[in-house]
Amino acid sequence: MDLDYGPQYDAFREEVRQFLQTHGHRAPDGQGRAARPSPEAVEWQKLLILHGYTARTIPKEYGGYGAEPDILKSRIIAEEFSRAGIPAGLANQGISMLVPTLLELGTEAQKQQWIEPTLNGEIIWCQGYSEPGAGSDLAALKTSARVENGDFVINGQKIWTSTAKQADMIFCLVRTEPDAPKHGGISYLIFSMDTPGIEVRPLKTMTGHAEFNETFFTDVRVPLDQIVGQRGQGWYVANATLGHERGMLGDPDALENRLQALVRLMQKERIGQGCAMDNAVLRDRLVALQAEVAAMKFNGMRILSNSLRGDAGGMAKLVVKLQSCELAHQISALAIDAMGEMGILYHGSEREREDGAWQWNYMFQLGLIIGGGTAQIQKNIIAERGLEMPREPKFATPPAVEQATAVASGQNKGAA
Amino acid sequence: MDFGLSQDQEMLCDAISRTLADTCPLDHVRECAEGSVPFSDNVRSALGEIGIWGMMVPEQHDGLGMTMLDAAAVAEQLGYAVAPVPFIGAHVLAPLALAQGGSEELKAHWLPRIAKGEAQIAVAIAETVEIRDRAGVDFDGAKLDGTALFALDFLEADAFLVADTAGRMHFVAGDAAGLEKVALKTIDRTRSVGELRFSGVAGEALADDGGATVRRLRDAGRVLLAADSLGAGQAMIEKAVDYAGQREQFGRVIGSFQAVKHMCAEMAARHEPCRSLVWYAAHAFDATPDEASLVACHAKSHTGEVHRFVARTSTEVHGGMGFTDLLGLHFWFKRIGFDRQVLGSPEAVRAEAAALQGWTQVA
Repeated sequence: MDLDYGPQYDAFREEVRQFLQTHGHRAPDGQGRAARPSPEAVEWQKLLILHGYTARTIPKEYGGYGAEPDILKSRIIAEEFSRAGIPAGLANQGISMLVPTLLELGTEAQKQQWIEPTLNGEIIWCQGYSEPGAGSDLAALKTSARVENGDFVINGQKIWTSTAKQADMIFCLVRTEPDAPKHGGISYLIFSMDTPGIEVRPLKTMTGHAEFNETFFTDVRVPLDQIVGQRGQGWYVANATLGHERGMLGDPDALENRLQALVRLMQKERIGQGCAMDNAVLRDRLVALQAEVAAMKFNGMRILSNSLRGDAGGMAKLVVKLQSCELAHQISALAIDAMGEMGILYHGSEREREDGAWQWNYMFQLGLIIGGGTAQIQKNIIAERGLEMPREPKFATPPAVEQATAVASGQNKGAA
Repeated sequence: MDFGLSQDQEMLCDAISRTLADTCPLDHVRECAEGSVPFSDNVRSALGEIGIWGMMVPEQHDGLGMTMLDAAAVAEQLGYAVAPVPFIGAHVLAPLALAQGGSEELKAHWLPRIAKGEAQIAVAIAETVEIRDRAGVDFDGAKLDGTALFALDFLEADAFLVADTAGRMHFVAGDAAGLEKVALKTIDRTRSVGELRFSGVAGEALADDGGATVRRLRDAGRVLLAADSLGAGQAMIEKAVDYAGQREQFGRVIGSFQAVKHMCAEMAARHEPCRSLVWYAAHAFDATPDEASLVACHAKSHTGEVHRFVARTSTEVHGGMGFTDLLGLHFWFKRIGFDRQVLGSPEAVRAEAAALQGWTQVA
């Protein structure tokens, strides 16, 4: 057990701290949920890329900083930005999902055209994966793209397309080979959201806000070359970057920050002459959550340490999504309980606490438990990959996936 | 940066794991548990060859002077095998207490014997966590009076280390006049605990350090009980997965049913982060003493909760067989039950954690 990063990294950490001290005031106020970054956010993003604090390992010729991958340096950057409460650059689906996909499987022209403006926040993307009939079973998607006069002609519907209203572009999974087996008939297309035939309808959730959209496609024409990978390889293309560190370290201290906010709430929230923290039952629940947050924090350190050794992470990593989302939800639940009757205030009411943030979190975090692979899918993964339990009896995986892997890695070599 | 066990520690775990696989099969555990004294001479001598009895004894007293993380790694292996040997009390808490507050004579006499596995000192500190049945030992400056419950590694102990109500440790010879020893029978027959009744017993007080030694013993004990439950929980998950992969019903192995698979996944998901928590708590005991008590509380209470769930769920995955004595799964179930309650059940430990952080008005 050695928790020091080493002198070389201490120097790097000092460098990051210096940067934050000198330039921190130029950061935009919070990252916000705004899909379209403000001019200040774009300037901040460019400054961060210039210093290598975001887009760190993306090659210079595509607008990144071009550093060798170094997990500890990435971690230090995330830690220091989190500690300083300063936004660590843009984190949208274009940057976290499309850019790594293009780097791995895009053509040279695609990389040149899309990566830099995406990194700079000039182009905003949305993701067209889920459909009303294809959620956990994503490969059952039905949105079709038939070829007609040198174009794909797209018809169908996507759901959970966050930022579709503001997005310039979409990366979208469509069925181009209706006769091929399920996973082998999908293609990965990229096209403009201004293309005629696209309609975006806000999807209001239980929180009362429209954090998502439904997106409808009626005879949307997309040129044949706006495909990433080959026809029928879309399933592989979409999954290619999932196994990688996607630079999506996020905020390593997010759960701890939520817990600290809960501690402050319980010390501040008055009950009679005392405060919520004086209630032994609430306090017991708080300490139980604190212990669990500690376990997840150290589990994160273990994953980090494993990845330094080139270890994929194993069970420690497989459990993170399931456990963290549930824990975040439980933290919000306790906050609401600690507020007692005040806990129901919402919609900007008189006496509402913290702009209704705890209620919003409580509801939105339930969405996070469901989204991005439901808790039930996570449990399947933990059981089947982690514990090597027998798989559900299901249809055989088509050989097309294997073929796609071979072709795509060949293509990757060509591009490099 | 290296979070986790070192190569040496992993080699130690492998050695213990192999030794226990050879010397401590379920039949042997059962034999020991059904005897009057649970401790296995075979397992003790086999583990003695690896040198673990002296791992926490300082080097100048013929021990290995190892770290709490080393001890936690060992405790995990012992829990995994439900090994019927004294460890937490006799080989960790006792040498810690003697090394920290014992006279030179006490140290010189007992520590080398503990290291060789020739002496066993039981440790009684339960009353520093919670007073039950009006227990507690008073020290009037010369003699000890009162009762101490749940002395760890009790049967066959040569001597005792006991905390008084003011939080000072005392050494008491096994044959001291006025000392009555009563074994307590627990769910877990792979361990031994007992009650000590003192009437005017002359002991030897360890250094009066304002309760600092007791605090360290409590922290160490909690970390190691958590580590033991980590091993026992790991074994129960593996057994459930194995069983679900073999048992067939409705023409399929039951492990292919999502209902069963998800029970296993939930166990693994809750169990796996406990490992890092226990490792960190053990590391903090030596490296960052300021936070050691709090993380020891977290490790103890959280593994207590998680492994109660694991113990129950694994038993359910085994269906009716899990409920039988025949399968022996209950040895792990009970070991986990013991680990959860001793030195503070989760609620008691969490109350302490809250007080440590100043969250309690009346401390």
